[in-house]
Amino acid sequence: MTPRQIIGKIGLWFAVLVIVSPAILFFLWMLSLSLKFEVDNAAYPPVFIPEHFAWKNYADVLASNRFVTYFFNSLIVTGGATALALMVGVPAGYGIARMAAHKSAIVILIARITPGLSYLIPLFLLFQWLGLLGTLVPQIIIHLVVTVPIVIWIMIGYFETTPMELEEAALIDGAGRWQVFRHVALPIAKPGIAVAFILAVIFSWNNFVFGIVLAGRETRTLPVAVYNMISFDQLSWGPLAAAALIVTLPVLLLTVFAQRQIVAGLTAGAVKGG
Amino acid sequence: MSALTQSTPAAAQSDAAPEKELRPPSYWPFVVPALIVVLAIIIFPWVFTIWMSLNEWKVGSPTTFVGFSNYLRLTGDPRFIEAVGHTLVYTVLSVVLPLVFGTFAAVVFHQKFAGRGFLRGIFIMPMMATPVAIALVWTMMFHPQLGVLNYLLSLVGIPAQLWVFHPATVIPSLVLVETWQWTPLVMLIVLGGLAAIPTEPYESAQIDGANLWQVFRFITLPLIMPFLFIAGMIRMIDAVKSFDVIFAITQGGPGSASETINLYLYSVAFVYYDLGYGSAIAVVFFLLIVLLAAVMLYARQRMLWTEIASDA
Repeated sequence: MTPRQIIGKIGLWFAVLVIVSPAILFFLWMLSLSLKFEVDNAAYPPVFIPEHFAWKNYADVLASNRFVTYFFNSLIVTGGATALALMVGVPAGYGIARMAAHKSAIVILIARITPGLSYLIPLFLLFQWLGLLGTLVPQIIIHLVVTVPIVIWIMIGYFETTPMELEEAALIDGAGRWQVFRHVALPIAKPGIAVAFILAVIFSWNNFVFGIVLAGRETRTLPVAVYNMISFDQLSWGPLAAAALIVTLPVLLLTVFAQRQIVAGLTAGAVKGG
Repeated sequence: MSALTQSTPAAAQSDAAPEKELRPPSYWPFVVPALIVVLAIIIFPWVFTIWMSLNEWKVGSPTTFVGFSNYLRLTGDPRFIEAVGHTLVYTVLSVVLPLVFGTFAAVVFHQKFAGRGFLRGIFIMPMMATPVAIALVWTMMFHPQLGVLNYLLSLVGIPAQLWVFHPATVIPSLVLVETWQWTPLVMLIVLGGLAAIPTEPYESAQIDGANLWQVFRFITLPLIMPFLFIAGMIRMIDAVKSFDVIFAITQGGPGSASETINLYLYSVAFVYYDLGYGSAIAVVFFLLIVLLAAVMLYARQRMLWTEIASDA
């Protein structure tokens, strides 16, 4: 290597370090906060790696009954909203792609631009009128606002790139539209469905604004529960940080392990709900 | 798959009506379920919101049709006008800073180096992480006495700041969080653009002895402009609507120093339960986003025309 190349190499690594360190340092600090006793968290100058790890912060959070309830609420809301979105969104993406009905994407665009709160006002009244507040149903339905556009958008893009020849051959052989979709188009589209699934799960799991309005004491999802910890329970920093880390951990793991799908999905549609 | 094997009767059938079989309307059944959902959760709320905005509609009291008076009330509402100002400042900063840092990050991630995939995964974590969870940690970091940020500042000799606890620094502090969170999205979009650039211009630039900055300024930047524009547009839409992080960290405070339109909308609709007025804010808010998008599109068109004019 010439000196010039060595300098270039060092410069590159320095740049990489500068770019990546805000993310690394933040999450390490989050971990550090969650593993420290109150004494260490209130110390100045701050303690980065404590002498004694406060594993009990995690034990406390997980031992509380409510946290388990909220975890299952999150699981049901995200699971329900994602499953429903895939059920209606995957066929819709297929239909729109095959009909080349590109104008219908305008609805998706409007959904993308609309602030989440503006759905909440009318739907809040509707759920109240139907007597559904106090159950998880309103949250599952309103999370569709996030998940359905993501799924439709990604599936339109995906079905547009899958080859038509096989489908046409099957049609000529006398298969019905539904059979062609079920046995020819759907198997090919599995990677696209995976992308849609992952993004729908993440953005539904992370959603906060719908929960603060629609969730009662028993129907909170995890992000709402964590927010309520800050404002009311006045907990010390350690358990709070532990709770925050537990809430976001599934998403962080998904980000690392399904990075390729996430990147593909975000750069294709750059969709985000709410 | 049994249908695929019975080719003889089916072939006869498709001979009889080949045109009809392949005509688009038969795809409608695939779209109908989604259409019903979209009508129920997107179109209905919009129509209902517009209707509500024309009424005096408070929870617990009878509704009366008031025409445009909710909209007129907006023009004389100092808290709303202030919120528009906060939103614009917040948005401009939250578009420009991620664009600058994101472009830089994209250029770096476009190079080949060991562990690039893994580090890119780390880099995009802030935008995928649960916003409320990271807001909670940022709140602790912003703490004037115990927060780690003031400690880091003290290491380089900068006096302690009040961050989100002072009206003058609250918006820049929140923009810091927003930038940290969303720079990765800009990076991903620009990285996609960089991957599409041909190598020839770079080879000839190398022969001409251009330095790194010149290569970036005169070759890379013009070629990634369309991607920067898309990234800027998406960033604008998200920054205007930003809610979770602001709400979780400051709730619009101190006082109303960081109250954006979205936070004010929340207060009007779900703290004061003034749903008619809240709906009017929602409609104006949506129109403002559309207007900002139109301005950006117009600016882009103007830029393209000037480029063409200067080329001629």
